[in-house]
Amino acid sequence: MNQLKVSLPGLELKNPIIPASGCFGFGEEFSKFYDLSILGAIMAKAVTLEERVGNDLPRVAETTSGMLNAIGLKNPGLEVILNEKYPFLAQFDVPIIANVAGATEEEYIEVCKRIHEAPNVKAIELNISCPNVSEGGVAFGTDPTVAKRLTKKVKAVTDLPLYVKLSPNVSSIVEIAKAVEEGGADGITMINTLTGMRIDLHTGKPILANKTGGLSGPAIKPIAIRMIYEVARAVDIPIIGMGGVETVDDVIEMYLAGASAVAVGTANLHNPMICKELIEALPAKLDELGYQSIEHLIDEVKKNS
Amino acid sequence: MKIISNNCIAKDTYELILDAREIKEIKAGQFMHLKSGRDDLILRRPISIASYNEEELNLVYKVIGEGTKAMSLFEPGEEVDALGPLGNGFDLLDVEEVLIVGGGMGVAPLYQLAKEFTHKNIRVTSVLGFGSADMAYYIEKFQVLGEVIITTDDGSMGVKGNVGNVIDELKEFDAIYACGPWPLLYYLQMTFDDHPHLYVSLEERMACGIGACYACDTKDKKHRICTDGPVFNIKEVEL
Repeated sequence: MNQLKVSLPGLELKNPIIPASGCFGFGEEFSKFYDLSILGAIMAKAVTLEERVGNDLPRVAETTSGMLNAIGLKNPGLEVILNEKYPFLAQFDVPIIANVAGATEEEYIEVCKRIHEAPNVKAIELNISCPNVSEGGVAFGTDPTVAKRLTKKVKAVTDLPLYVKLSPNVSSIVEIAKAVEEGGADGITMINTLTGMRIDLHTGKPILANKTGGLSGPAIKPIAIRMIYEVARAVDIPIIGMGGVETVDDVIEMYLAGASAVAVGTANLHNPMICKELIEALPAKLDELGYQSIEHLIDEVKKNS
Repeated sequence: MKIISNNCIAKDTYELILDAREIKEIKAGQFMHLKSGRDDLILRRPISIASYNEEELNLVYKVIGEGTKAMSLFEPGEEVDALGPLGNGFDLLDVEEVLIVGGGMGVAPLYQLAKEFTHKNIRVTSVLGFGSADMAYYIEKFQVLGEVIITTDDGSMGVKGNVGNVIDELKEFDAIYACGPWPLLYYLQMTFDDHPHLYVSLEERMACGIGACYACDTKDKKHRICTDGPVFNIKEVEL
């Protein structure tokens, strides 16, 4: 028996550890550090219809126990990604979850229509939560009506399971979660980054050229845990939890909040081996806490909630 | 990696020597990506490799913020979490005479390069700029390798002013290698605008250091400084 396997809509994962979108590129750089086939899945970097060159520099600033980023969805566009980036990942035995972003409904739909052309893409992660672009992105993730409508429209043009990535920059994340569930989402991924700012003491101006950026890292973990806990009790679709995961204890905490799998973002940026280390450490942690398997842990959490 | 020593060599400037015996491949102009040792500062710090041999790796850094302040407390015998060497490094052209121009922290990554040119019997002239005499470092090391001209902003050592004040007086070189603050690089770009071999090492706020996060693009957003650089022919990039 595989102690770590997880079944999600459209995804059979050998373990629950998934590098989060935006922190893993398209896997090329990390494939020099370890065999990517060990991963549960890969949430690839966001794809948009056309190339995006990204925001002005600087794009990152460190904060206490975290970092701000405003990369700006830099990516080479759908054609290059379908023809080069996903095919590169096909050499590994790992499902790809394609993170799809857009400035308009039409752009999301056009990309989602064609994303199945890469056979290793097994699911879509609808990015309605990027805080760092001027059009689209989080605009689709802050109004329940808009989020539901987009989810519905995308669901209508693809047979791939659809996961919607939620923004924490809302007054009620539960409302948005319920809306995308009603729109037909197969699952939820959460949380994206929290909008933040740092100001340079010498210039008196924001450090990031974009002024604001998305806060990630251990600093946001308690917020992620709280939000996953609330959403898990409000919807019936599974949640892939993320937000500041650095250790195997954090992985378990995500499960205890109600997640069904766990994505690791910022930690990849300072420790390229982090996902491998977490996968290797997970069995001993389950044993220590008295769970036979990840599925057993999920069942126990459901029973007790 | 094991720390051999960590000493202050000029005002706020430290030389960190690491045990290099595990390093397989390395090139002048590459950098190491170091954890500061403080858990609440999650990102690594990209630090220039100043020189190396089979036993030792010499890094030079300046104490600017909390992370580098923590690094200044590293003790010999301790382990530092280091990733690297990273980046492309300098290509050594087979020429007769090169000019090396460094400003401040930018002096450090040019030292190994100057040494390697000298070993190949290529003449090296170095123009090194510092804020003031107390910030200057590595001067004797460069003097062993060839002619050295020093400038300081306040005139406390060498020529008063910036490196531009002396470069205008120099003759022509087959290649120019530079690292330093933006005004220095910009001056060189203007001065040697039709020179085919002006190579600059760039810096930018960095996250992963391995090319995955796109935090450290060049200003024109066409290259990643950490992996496509940090060394570029000036003709390839916008400063």
